[in-house]
Amino acid sequence: MGTSNSKDGSGLEDFGIDYASAIESTSLVNIKDKYGLFIDGDFVDSSSGKSFKTLDPSTEKSLSVVTEASPDDVDRAVRAARASYEKYWKKMPGADRARYLFRIARHLQERSREFAVLETLDGGKPIKESRDVDLPLAAAHFFYHAGWADKLEYAFPQRKLEPHGVVGQIIPWNFPLLMAAWKLAPALACGNTVVLKPAETTPLTALLLAEVIKDVDLPPGVINIVTGAGETGSALVEHPEIDKLAFTGSTEVGKLIQRSAVKRNLPLTLELGGKAPHIIFEDAALDQAIEGVINGIFFNQGHVCCAGSRLLVQESIADYFIDRLKKRIELLRVGNPLDKNTDIGAINSKTQLERIDQLVKVGIEEGADVFKPSCSLPENGYWYPPTVLTGVQQSHRVAREEIFGPVLVVQTFRTPEEALEKANNTPYGLSAGIWTEKGSLIHWMAERLRAGVIWANTFNKFDPTSPFGGYKESGFGREGGMHGLAAYLKNNGGRS
Amino acid sequence: MTGKIPITKTYKLFIDGVFPRSESGRTFSVNNPKGELIANVSQASRKDFREAVRAARSAQRPWASKTAYNRGQILYRVAEILESRKTEFVELLKSIGVDSKAATREVEDSIQRWVWYAGWSDKYSQVLGSVNPVSGPYFNFTVPEPTGVVGIIAPTEPSMLGLISRLVPAIVSGNTVVVVSEGHSSLTSVTIGEVLATSDVPAGVVNILTGDQTDLLPWMVGHLDVNAVDISGISPKTDLTLLEEAASNVKRVVARQVNEESLELISDFLEMKTVWHPIGK
Amino acid sequence: MKMPTSTITFGKTGSPLKVIPVDAVSLEARASSLATRSIKTNSKRAALHLTIRCMDLTTLEGADTPEKVASLCQKAKRPDPSNHDVPSVAAVCIYPEMVHHAVEATAGSNVKVASVAGAFPSGLSTIKARTADIADAVKSGADEIDIVLNRSAFLAGDEQRVFEEIVASKDACGEAHLKVILEVGELGSYDKIRQASMLAMAAGADFIKTSTGKIPQASSLPRVLCMAEAVRDFAYQTNTPVGIKAAGGIRTAKQAWHYLVVIGETLGTDWLNPEMFRIGASSLLNDVLLQLKRLDSGSYSGPDYVTVD
Repeated sequence: MGTSNSKDGSGLEDFGIDYASAIESTSLVNIKDKYGLFIDGDFVDSSSGKSFKTLDPSTEKSLSVVTEASPDDVDRAVRAARASYEKYWKKMPGADRARYLFRIARHLQERSREFAVLETLDGGKPIKESRDVDLPLAAAHFFYHAGWADKLEYAFPQRKLEPHGVVGQIIPWNFPLLMAAWKLAPALACGNTVVLKPAETTPLTALLLAEVIKDVDLPPGVINIVTGAGETGSALVEHPEIDKLAFTGSTEVGKLIQRSAVKRNLPLTLELGGKAPHIIFEDAALDQAIEGVINGIFFNQGHVCCAGSRLLVQESIADYFIDRLKKRIELLRVGNPLDKNTDIGAINSKTQLERIDQLVKVGIEEGADVFKPSCSLPENGYWYPPTVLTGVQQSHRVAREEIFGPVLVVQTFRTPEEALEKANNTPYGLSAGIWTEKGSLIHWMAERLRAGVIWANTFNKFDPTSPFGGYKESGFGREGGMHGLAAYLKNNGGRS
Repeated sequence: MTGKIPITKTYKLFIDGVFPRSESGRTFSVNNPKGELIANVSQASRKDFREAVRAARSAQRPWASKTAYNRGQILYRVAEILESRKTEFVELLKSIGVDSKAATREVEDSIQRWVWYAGWSDKYSQVLGSVNPVSGPYFNFTVPEPTGVVGIIAPTEPSMLGLISRLVPAIVSGNTVVVVSEGHSSLTSVTIGEVLATSDVPAGVVNILTGDQTDLLPWMVGHLDVNAVDISGISPKTDLTLLEEAASNVKRVVARQVNEESLELISDFLEMKTVWHPIGK
Repeated sequence: MKMPTSTITFGKTGSPLKVIPVDAVSLEARASSLATRSIKTNSKRAALHLTIRCMDLTTLEGADTPEKVASLCQKAKRPDPSNHDVPSVAAVCIYPEMVHHAVEATAGSNVKVASVAGAFPSGLSTIKARTADIADAVKSGADEIDIVLNRSAFLAGDEQRVFEEIVASKDACGEAHLKVILEVGELGSYDKIRQASMLAMAAGADFIKTSTGKIPQASSLPRVLCMAEAVRDFAYQTNTPVGIKAAGGIRTAKQAWHYLVVIGETLGTDWLNPEMFRIGASSLLNDVLLQLKRLDSGSYSGPDYVTVD
C-alpha cells in the first residue's frame, strides 16, 4: 500500500534507528465492490444506473464503485425523510431520540479503528489524525447531542420549539465522517429527519455509517444518504420539499446555494472558507507557538477551512521565528497515510493538487520567496510538500485567496493595531490564532478580531460543546454547543 | 442433593470502593411483607460515617478534575450496567413489597433518570454559567463548580428511584457523596453500590452507609468537612432542630420533593465562581 | 541574523540571553505526540544498544559499601556476561567516598566514574564546603561531577547567587565535566525549568540533569522536552551545545525509547550519543537486557536470566 516513507530530516536513520513500518492494517475494513444509495433504511439502486469510482489519493487506486443519485433518487430520499418524520420521528419523545443517538455514538467508539482506516484510505489523511481526532470527536458529537434531545427547553426557555422537518445537508471531503456527525447529531436531536449528501471524493465512511444506522435500528427514513457530485447536490438544494438546508464547503458554492435559498426563504446555515491569521507576538511561548503554527497549517494537509494559513509574526522576532519554523518543517514526515508515523498525508484529489500548485506559482510570480523542505515524495498518488511563502504582502493574491493545502504565507506586523488591521482585512472571518503570554492582550485582540473562532495559545481545537462558525464570507450559523442547536429548531428565540 | 439451597446475600456498607462491615459490628434486620427475614444488614456507626467522609473528600478533587465528557461517559456506562441488571432490580423491589408492574416501572424510570442526568455533565455549565457585561474593560465570566462533599439522606420510598434522583445530580458535576440509607431501602442502595463498584466510577465518589437515619443525621449535619446535605429523604418524624448544627460550617441544606427531573437538583450542589481579567494591550 | 530582544539572564560572555516562556498545555501535548512514534523492528537493537551506551548506572545509598560498588562496576562494564556484543554503559554514578573504589573497579574499561558532590541531594551547605567536596571527588579520580542547583536560593529569587555558585563549582571541577541537577520536581512550573536550564548553561554546566532521584517527583517526558528546548535555544543563541541527562523513574526500555525520540527530534542526532545524552538509572538496564534477549530468541525472557547488580 503506497510507497515507503520519504526521508525526513530527523536523521535518526543515521543511527540505524528508523521510524516507520508502523503501518495500520487494512484487514479490518471490508470495502464492498459497489455501494448503493441509503434511502428509507436500505441500500438501493439508482433509477438512472449511473455510478462513479472513489480512489485512494495516496496510490490513485480505485477503492470502490459508488452510485450516483439522480434528481429522481434525491426526490425519493426527501419523500422518505418526510414520511419518516410524520410517521415516527415527529412523535417520538426526546428521551427516545436520545437513545438512538447514544447507540450511534457507542458504535462509533466500538468500530473506531475500522472507521479511521477507511477514512484514511478514502481521503488521504494520516491515520494518526483519523484515529486520534476525527473518530473521537465524531463519537463525542453524537454523545453530546444525545444528551440535549430531551433537554431542549433548557437551551431555549419559554419557547414553543419545533423541528423544521426535513433537512438537506451537504458536507465536504476534508473531514468526511466528522462533518457527517456535526450535521446529523444536532438535526436528529432536535427532531428533524435528514437527507445527507457526502462529498464525491469521500463517500465511504458515510456509507459505513449507514450500516451503523441500520444496526441501531433507527426508524427507516430518518437518515438518508445520497452519494453523488454537483448534480446530486443541486437537486437537493433545489428540492421544494426540504424545510432547511445546511452546507459546508467552499465560499464560491456557498454563495450559489444562498442565491437559491434566499428566494424561497429557506432556513440556511453555511460554513465556508477561510484565510485565518495566525498572530505571533514577541512575548509568546515561542517553542510552543512554532508547534501551533505547524499544526495550524499542516494538520490534515491544510485541508481545513479554519487553517492558520496566514502567519502574522511580530517583526521584532520574525527572522528568528521563520528560521526556527523552517528547521521544524524539515522534521515533518510526508508519506503513506496509513503509517502511524506520518505527519502529512496525501492531497485529496488531482483537482485540489492542481489548484494548490497553481496558487503557489502565482505567489512566486507575485514576488514571494518559497521554502520547501528536502523530503522526497512518493511516485504515485497526489502529494504536496509543506511549503512556506515569505515576503508576502497584504495585497498579494496568496495572502487573500484560500489555498486549502499545506502552504503557509508569512507576513509581519509591528504593533497590535497593525496585526489587527491586517488580520481583519479580508472578506473571510472563520478563525484566528493569537500567541502571547499577556492575558489582557489576548482579550483585547479577541474582542476586536472579526472571526467566529479564536484560539489563544493553541490552535485547531474542537469540541462538541464549543460553537464553531464564521463571520462574513466564511458563512453564518454555528455548529456545536447550545448555539448549534438553534439552526435545527423553529421558534428558537433567536439564538443562532 | 447439592446446590439447591440458596446462598443468602450479605449486605454491607460501601466505603471507598469496597464493602466493609460496620466497625461497630451491629446489624439490623430487613423483612419481607410476610415478616420473613430477608437479610441482616450492616448498621453504620458514626465512625463509619467519619471514614466515609474521608474517602469522599480524597476522591472529590480527582473526580471533579475529570473532563465533563469523561464524567458523562462514566455515568452513562453505569446506566448501561443498570439496564443489564434490570431483572435483578425488579426482583429485589418485589421482594420488599413493591408490586410487579410498579417495580418494572420504577426500574425503567430509574434508568431513564440516570441517563437524563448523565447527559447534563457537559451542558449545565453552558446553561448556568455566563459572561457578564461589566461596565469597564474587563472580561468577566461566571462558572459553576461542584461544592465538594455532599451528605444525602436517601428516601425510603421509592427505594431505587428516590436514591437515584438525589445521587446522580449531585455527582454529575464533580461532587462526591455519602449516602445514608435506612430500612428495606438499604437493600436497593447496596445493590446500586455493587453496580458502582463494577463501573468506572472511582472509589470514594459514592459511599453508602446502611443504618439508622436518626443515629447518623446529627453526625452528618455537624461534620465540618461536609459541604452540603440533602435531607429530602428524612422521615417526617425527624426532630428538625437537629438540623441547626448545619450552621456550624454554613452547610448548604437542601430539601426538595423526590420525583423531579430538574436542573435545579444539579444547581443545588454548585458554587458560582466569577472571574475578572482586564482587556488591554 | 537578528536575535530576539532580551529579557536578561546571565551571559557568560556578557551578551544577553532571552528566556522564552513555556506554554504547559502545548508542551505536554507535544511530548505525548512524540511518545507515539513507533520504531522499526530491525532498529530496535540499535536503540537498545544506544540506551545502554548512554546509561549512568547509579547507586546512591547510605548503605553502599566497597563491595556493592565493585558489583555495580562489573555490571557496568559487562552488563550481560553471556553476550559480549552488549556494550558497556557510559558511567557509574556514586557518592564521593566511593569514588576511589569505583576508579579501581572500572580500570581498563571505557566506563567513566561520575560522582555526586556538593551536599547532594539538598545542596544546602556552604559553597565552601560544597566546592571542597567537589575538589575531593575529582582528586579521587572522578571524571564527572553531578551537583544540585541551589533550589533554596533559586526559589527565593536569588539568581545571581545561584549563577555564581555554579561558576565556582565548575572551577572546582578542573578537567572533570559538570552536570547540574535542576531537581525539576521542585521547581513548580515549566517556566522555572526553562529559566533554571538557561541559568545553569550560562554559568558553564556541561550537562543539565533532571533529578536527584531522591524525591518522588522525577523525570518526565514533558520536563525533558522543556529542558531540550532550552538546550536547543541556548545552542542557537550562543553556539554552545550542552548535554542532557534524564534521571529518576525511568524503568523500562519503552520509556527510554520515548526519551531518545524527544531528544532526537528536538536536538537532532548530534545529541544521540553518550557525550551529549545520559539516562540515570538502575533497574532500566535489566529491562533493556530482557528486551535484547527477546529480540535474539523471539520469546519473552525473565528475571532469572539477567544479573542483579
